[in-house]
Amino acid sequence: MKAQQKQIGAPMNRVDGHLKVTGAAKYSAEYELPGLAYAVLVGSTITKGRLTSIDAKAAERAPGVLAVITHYNSPKVPGYDTAGKDPSQPATVGGPIKLFNDDKIRFNDQPIAVVVADTLERARYAARLVKAQYAKEAHQTNLEDNKPQAFLPTSAKKNPKSPMADYQRGQADAYKTGAIKIEGEYVIPTEVHHPMELQSITAHWEAPDRLTLYDKTQGTLATRRDFAKEWGLPEANVKVIATFVGGAFGNALHSWPHESAAIIAAKVVNRPVKLMLTREQMFTMVGYRPYTWQKLGMSATPDGKITAITHESIGQTSTYEEFTESTLAQTRMMYASPNLTTRYRLAALDIGSPIWMRGPGEATGAFALESAMDEMAHLLNLDPLEFRLRNYTDTDPEKNRPWSTKFLKECYKLGADRIGWNKRKLKPGSIRDGEWLVGYGMGVGTFGAHRGGAHASAQLRPDGTVLMQCATTDIGPGTGTAMTQIAADTLGIAPEKITFELGHSDYPQAGTQGGSSTVNSVGPAVQQACLALKDKLRELAGAQNPAFASAKKDDVALGDKHLSLSSNTAARVPYADLLKQAGAASVTVEAKPGNEGQQYSMYSFSVHFAEVRVHELTGEVRVSKLVSCADAGTIINEKTAANQMKGGAVGGIGMALMEHARIDDRFGRYVTKDLADYHVPVHADAPNIEVAFVNQPDLKVNALGTKGIGEIATIGVAPAIANAVFNATGKRVRELPITPDKLV
Amino acid sequence: MNAEPELESPHDDSRRTFLKQSSVLTAMALVPSPVVTAAAAELDEKVAAAFEKVPLSLKVNGTKHKLKVEPRTTLLDLLREQLHLTGTKKGCDYGQCGACTVHVDGQRVNSCLSFAVMHDGQEITTIEGLAKGDELHPMQEAFVKHDGFQCGYCTPGQIMSAVACVREGHAGSEGEIREYMSGNICRCGAYSNIVAAIQDVKQGGQKV
Ligand code: FES
Ligand code: FES
Repeated sequence: MKAQQKQIGAPMNRVDGHLKVTGAAKYSAEYELPGLAYAVLVGSTITKGRLTSIDAKAAERAPGVLAVITHYNSPKVPGYDTAGKDPSQPATVGGPIKLFNDDKIRFNDQPIAVVVADTLERARYAARLVKAQYAKEAHQTNLEDNKPQAFLPTSAKKNPKSPMADYQRGQADAYKTGAIKIEGEYVIPTEVHHPMELQSITAHWEAPDRLTLYDKTQGTLATRRDFAKEWGLPEANVKVIATFVGGAFGNALHSWPHESAAIIAAKVVNRPVKLMLTREQMFTMVGYRPYTWQKLGMSATPDGKITAITHESIGQTSTYEEFTESTLAQTRMMYASPNLTTRYRLAALDIGSPIWMRGPGEATGAFALESAMDEMAHLLNLDPLEFRLRNYTDTDPEKNRPWSTKFLKECYKLGADRIGWNKRKLKPGSIRDGEWLVGYGMGVGTFGAHRGGAHASAQLRPDGTVLMQCATTDIGPGTGTAMTQIAADTLGIAPEKITFELGHSDYPQAGTQGGSSTVNSVGPAVQQACLALKDKLRELAGAQNPAFASAKKDDVALGDKHLSLSSNTAARVPYADLLKQAGAASVTVEAKPGNEGQQYSMYSFSVHFAEVRVHELTGEVRVSKLVSCADAGTIINEKTAANQMKGGAVGGIGMALMEHARIDDRFGRYVTKDLADYHVPVHADAPNIEVAFVNQPDLKVNALGTKGIGEIATIGVAPAIANAVFNATGKRVRELPITPDKLV
Repeated sequence: MNAEPELESPHDDSRRTFLKQSSVLTAMALVPSPVVTAAAAELDEKVAAAFEKVPLSLKVNGTKHKLKVEPRTTLLDLLREQLHLTGTKKGCDYGQCGACTVHVDGQRVNSCLSFAVMHDGQEITTIEGLAKGDELHPMQEAFVKHDGFQCGYCTPGQIMSAVACVREGHAGSEGEIREYMSGNICRCGAYSNIVAAIQDVKQGGQKV
């Protein structure tokens, strides 16, 4: 047998690349089903109040219309009585909208009707004929106006140890009495995920009690659980298929009203129903990064030691769910400040619920913390990198535990060299290039190296190929590719011989793809499934050849057509003989984390260095160079990992310079309704982004040593850019995005 | 789509009445009596619908199609929903994202922004028509090699646009590529890899 090349770490091309470049990859609105009907949602035009009537007559009479469903005529959804009491979603108090269950309007564009027709054009046309009357009530959509009503999240009230509870070490608000201190308020406006694929679902009742959903979701099992519960069905009767997901960045971590609508519609018309949201509806119905106000105070000694930090924040939630995120987490553990206070509050507004958006709260919090670090360094006349080094901590100051691994200093070095940090001048506005002012800035990011339990199966087929399955999803990072590499190395066979299937709720269980946890969790399951498969093959072969029975567990070698032993290549059992009886050999295993998480503080770290050019007269900001360095443990695939880092950095550019979903508070309605008004970075906005990994394994997280990449790719980018803008102009912008009007 | 309580919709019964009259009148003039009877038997909408369709000949990826489509059907929806060529993606439906980019007589076009009936007699190439059998187009190869995507949803549009960008002579430098590709949004942010793929194809000198 040929020695196999090591796949882990190699820049392997994606296993699904061919499908993606030929248009053959199928997303949730692309399944051809017999009798498929089309659904279009009608949204409320008021922001708060009650529906007093809906006139659907004209819509019902329009050509091709199969049904117009509203709360007046919707079938009863059996699970609504118990919905919203889900202990597996601790961050959520209250519950999601029960669609078409009552006359209450909780936010603008809340779905009030779904029109189903035999073609998309007919459904869309008929949806415009639905007329509604309302009894309006006064609404609140502005967080700044509602800060006085901000409250402690219920999870923190119930559990003082909750990460959402007030935190204190040392003296409270000690920065106020510090000799050298800064204080500032920061605002991150509402930002919307806007994956390129519009949220879509195709719902098909294959029998009155059997439901199949082709859905855009980050968790096939979470979606199955939610809709099985909504319809009072055993989970086994609901199938969720998400083979390809066209991006999500968090917005498919929750079940939304449009999914309920498609399922209800399919029930009523008794045909499969497809529903794709419009780009406007992506603003209102599928979550967003919440508008967040923050205040951060910091004090330090003249030689650059932080003595105290107080970081407070008020984030937006809806009136019917309590959405929380870890906005203040990084502040508690990043720097060795003896006195530290955090206070997290929520304000409930008449807008649909937020949902975690890439780098979630940490990215929001890091904007304040890392901007303040820059501001303090400036006040102390210190290099910001040097200031961070003086406050570096080798143990977790929040939990008083060792880090599992921390190579942030190595990241600093890698990044500073690549951006040319030595070119940076302490005095803002020192470097110019014609009409452009040039500046350099840095920002640090961190995110928990989370790991959950996961299952995976592995099956050897008589032709020597291996099929692996797991219910996990791939919203873009290249999960199937990374898992194939792990399996190839563990089995000692070429990756081409392995097929890794995912995105189906019938496959072995795994958690939702979110919180940078997929490779940490599913990777070990794949590894262990492969080891278990090898052992099973050894056992099977042992019945035919005693050399196998006495061989060591991992001695078996998978050849092209036969099993042999590494220590004894003469011992051979052809797969055809080995699998004669069973047809194939399969195993399913579960991999669970141990208690390392209680002994160590486990985090991924990143640092981002930005070079910006600010036009002296127009205030236009161009990011001319970005360097992102990560301590993310073992890198499974250098190519896809670097791509993920670059993507996160592009997201950070959007956050720093352009993304802002604006509501006209008089009407409670978004005025940014499409991608012409809500700007996201395009090709011309994205510079060359250099990526470097420390690539040191963290074996406390799992046997592969991975820590996760997705979030740290974004966390810290926005402050790096804001700090570079300060270095270029001397202007400190604390309210994102940094648009030209804030600089001229 | 919002329900506007204040506005009288211009698309209510008047359209229906108009259809009823026009379709029935046309039907009476042109078609045999069973249709007229059908119309009289309140099946007028179905008849009207048939008359609302316009004949259309298209060549898509080399295959000729003789179709009847509603004038309001966009080229994008025709491709995706009727011809089941779902490689062309819908990312906005307003000409703002480029996910729906196809070639019409060799030019890149946002298929969501044009009605299918505007393309009578024209040749459409979609992502499904770019490869020669199993042999990928050099731009497709380059996207795989440079990892010019993550989720893959913007990818067909990026590739169709990239091929046109090179053909148009707008791939002369990194800056020029970024400018001429800016109509194609990649929310996953694979931009630098996409630019690398385009430069590779351009510098490789293969025929695109
Ligand atoms: S779908 Fe056509 S440009 Fe976005
Ligand atoms: S690859 Fe996901 S949007 Fe471009």
